[in-house]
Amino acid sequence: MLGWELPPHNSGGLGVACYHLSKALALEGASIDFVVPYSAPHDNINYMKIHSATKLSPLDRYGMGAYESAFAIDSSPGSQAPDVKDIRGVQRHYKKYVERLCDEKTFDAIHAHDWLTMEAGVRAKELTGVPLIVHVHATEFDRAGGNQGNPLVHEIEYQGLIAADRIIAVSNITKNIIIDKYGIPADKIEVMHNAIDTESFNDGYEYDNRTYRYLEGLKDEGYTIISAVTRFTIQKGLEYLVRSVAKASQRYDRIALLLAGDGEQRNELIELASELGISDRVFFTGFVRGKQWRDAYNVSDIFVMSSVSEPFGLTALEAAHHNNALIITKQSGVAEVLDSIFTYNFWDVNRLADQIVGIATSDALRQSLTSNVLNEYAKLSWNDVAAKCMTMYKSTNNIQGKVLA
Amino acid sequence: MSKRGITLYLHVHQPLRVRDYSVFDTAIDHNYFNEPDPLSDRNNQKVFNKVAEKSYRPMNALLEKLLADHEDFKLSLSITGTFLEQAEKWAPDVIESFQRLVATGRVEIVAETYYHSLAFFYSRTEFERQVEAHKTIIRRLFNVETSVFRNTELAYNDSLAQWADEYGFKGILAEGWDPILDWRSPNFVYRPQGTKNISLLLKNYKLSDDLAFRFSNKAWTEWPLTADKYTEWANSSLEDAPLINLFMDYETFGEHQWQDTGIFDFFEDFVGRWISNPDNTFYTVSDAIEVNQPVGELSMPSTVTWADAERDLTAWLGNSMQKEAMGHLYALEADVLRTEDTQLIDDWRKLQTSDHAYYMCTKWFSDGDVHAYFSPYESPYDAFLYYMNVIRDMRWRLHETHRTGSLNG
Repeated sequence: MLGWELPPHNSGGLGVACYHLSKALALEGASIDFVVPYSAPHDNINYMKIHSATKLSPLDRYGMGAYESAFAIDSSPGSQAPDVKDIRGVQRHYKKYVERLCDEKTFDAIHAHDWLTMEAGVRAKELTGVPLIVHVHATEFDRAGGNQGNPLVHEIEYQGLIAADRIIAVSNITKNIIIDKYGIPADKIEVMHNAIDTESFNDGYEYDNRTYRYLEGLKDEGYTIISAVTRFTIQKGLEYLVRSVAKASQRYDRIALLLAGDGEQRNELIELASELGISDRVFFTGFVRGKQWRDAYNVSDIFVMSSVSEPFGLTALEAAHHNNALIITKQSGVAEVLDSIFTYNFWDVNRLADQIVGIATSDALRQSLTSNVLNEYAKLSWNDVAAKCMTMYKSTNNIQGKVLA
Repeated sequence: MSKRGITLYLHVHQPLRVRDYSVFDTAIDHNYFNEPDPLSDRNNQKVFNKVAEKSYRPMNALLEKLLADHEDFKLSLSITGTFLEQAEKWAPDVIESFQRLVATGRVEIVAETYYHSLAFFYSRTEFERQVEAHKTIIRRLFNVETSVFRNTELAYNDSLAQWADEYGFKGILAEGWDPILDWRSPNFVYRPQGTKNISLLLKNYKLSDDLAFRFSNKAWTEWPLTADKYTEWANSSLEDAPLINLFMDYETFGEHQWQDTGIFDFFEDFVGRWISNPDNTFYTVSDAIEVNQPVGELSMPSTVTWADAERDLTAWLGNSMQKEAMGHLYALEADVLRTEDTQLIDDWRKLQTSDHAYYMCTKWFSDGDVHAYFSPYESPYDAFLYYMNVIRDMRWRLHETHRTGSLNG
């Protein structure tokens, strides 16, 4: 399996999805070699073999932006690959490593995740003749917030999708983008929605009301906390969310917005909140992980996924698991697997404001949304996704086997 | 006819910078100003010690020497309360050296707000409390009374002058800005419009900024500036006028212009050169007012400051973040004062220091003149976030401890 990150060295949902999918595949009997572009211990993973394609630290890899197609790297001092100047350099090293691996071992399927590893996947197929499965978690079209994005990345994706024997899309939205924007025939693509592994949340964590004490204080005064836990990029549509919260607070002022995360749009959002006069009800946490991340979901009442283009959107399921009512854009894949949610078009600031005020002013509405959605996401299982993958491997190869995934 | 005089006035100030105060500190940790990281630019003690070493100690030593060498040498200082508090804590010798200067009788202390705030534009009563607090600390440390007023950042308008007149000040300082002065010269004393007894001293910004901003600029056509050349400029600026008001930050000497630029030697040379002419002298601000009667009325209906090409308040209150932050802070006034909680009141006042708003300024992004601004923060947005988290913590303290105010402001 060709991936770009695994927890705890992940900067977002791609690593989480790869982790759970691989784990479920291993349970199905797959033997997996997983290649990452950095060197770091993965003590939590014993169900597959992890290969480090370079000696770069995961921090260097964060600088490479698993989610942005900006090419600059902030390389930390002592970096082990002095010739690696940008993400393309890392990808070259990654591809070379995969070439060597193909010499040493044999595989029954190559499973490559996103544009980052597609070139290596195509190369592995050339060298071995083994079927290539390309798993699309996000396209350049999504990352660019619905715009064309970087033409080089688009081209790499196109070549990968053409070369692939089968394509997995994480939602119908993504499948349609692959058809419409890349001209790939529909019958080559299978939709497999991501799941959520709620087991991983049973790690002894208990919410103690301490981390966001001021927000808890607001809740005691009857406030409703709205949150987004995300990267602050144009893809995520946060500008619309902030505008909508300003609108909503004109009608009902007991609401506050928690923006957990960081990214290139941060300063813009700070400025926008102050222009709208709502700075004192918008909370910027910076990048959160661990307890602060869990606590962000817990302090929140309404989780908004405001993405302009979101292939899936695992955070919505995480938020639902922490008893949030969900409001999700129609442009987010996760909305396809949930019913007890509000949806809106990402640009529709008024509709979102209505939905926020509606939930904030009705306990009955909030409670029915949060309790009903629990049954919906509980049906999603990584084991089902893994079973579908195994079927796909077999159908492309007719052998049950080892996966270079 | 009286002598031609230079009124040298230096402004001494250090703010208490807000530490990296996050959402996770709000409602939990009420320490805003003590950054634990000794290397951080938000560590006030570190900054104070650095500036003391580069500026306060060497400049006070030079001033003492000049006062001893030349009996006509005089100057005026405004020293903020937030500076004095930090000096008392971290550099008592600096306080003592200022005390020695004042004890000569030829160094006058100018009145201002204790907290270097823009309170005049938000709350007249709070403003007056801070003027009184400043008078009190000056009395305690220097045993003198102040009689001439300068507002923070030299922010001045007619209503400030009218206030100062009624409050009993005999003089007030402002920027001598060309668009206001028109054909008039800053080298005379004026009477602010609508006042009875108070005199207005105007900064000669060309000659002041030659030292404060341009002295070490090698791209400047006049670089290097010599005492000869500067004396010549001063002479030609005066013509028949009686005085030149050189107003600038004290930290010009040693901090804004480092010692290796030659600023100290230049200054010593210039003072000697100026006084060597028997027609010349130095004035304190009170001398300048006593010796020179106002030549006419001057009106500044809109606020004029000594900052930037605009000479207005936009560096502090120009963008929405600055307006919001200050608006929220001053909105707490009644609730904060009602608590009689001295720690809370003190924190609230330290947050009024204008530097906090200045750090949120974004206008230099459009000028491309980033380096003209001093900020200890990574960006104005960081400054704003930390500050808003502190505002919310103030609300929390009011609400939880004093059962007053509300968390939503």
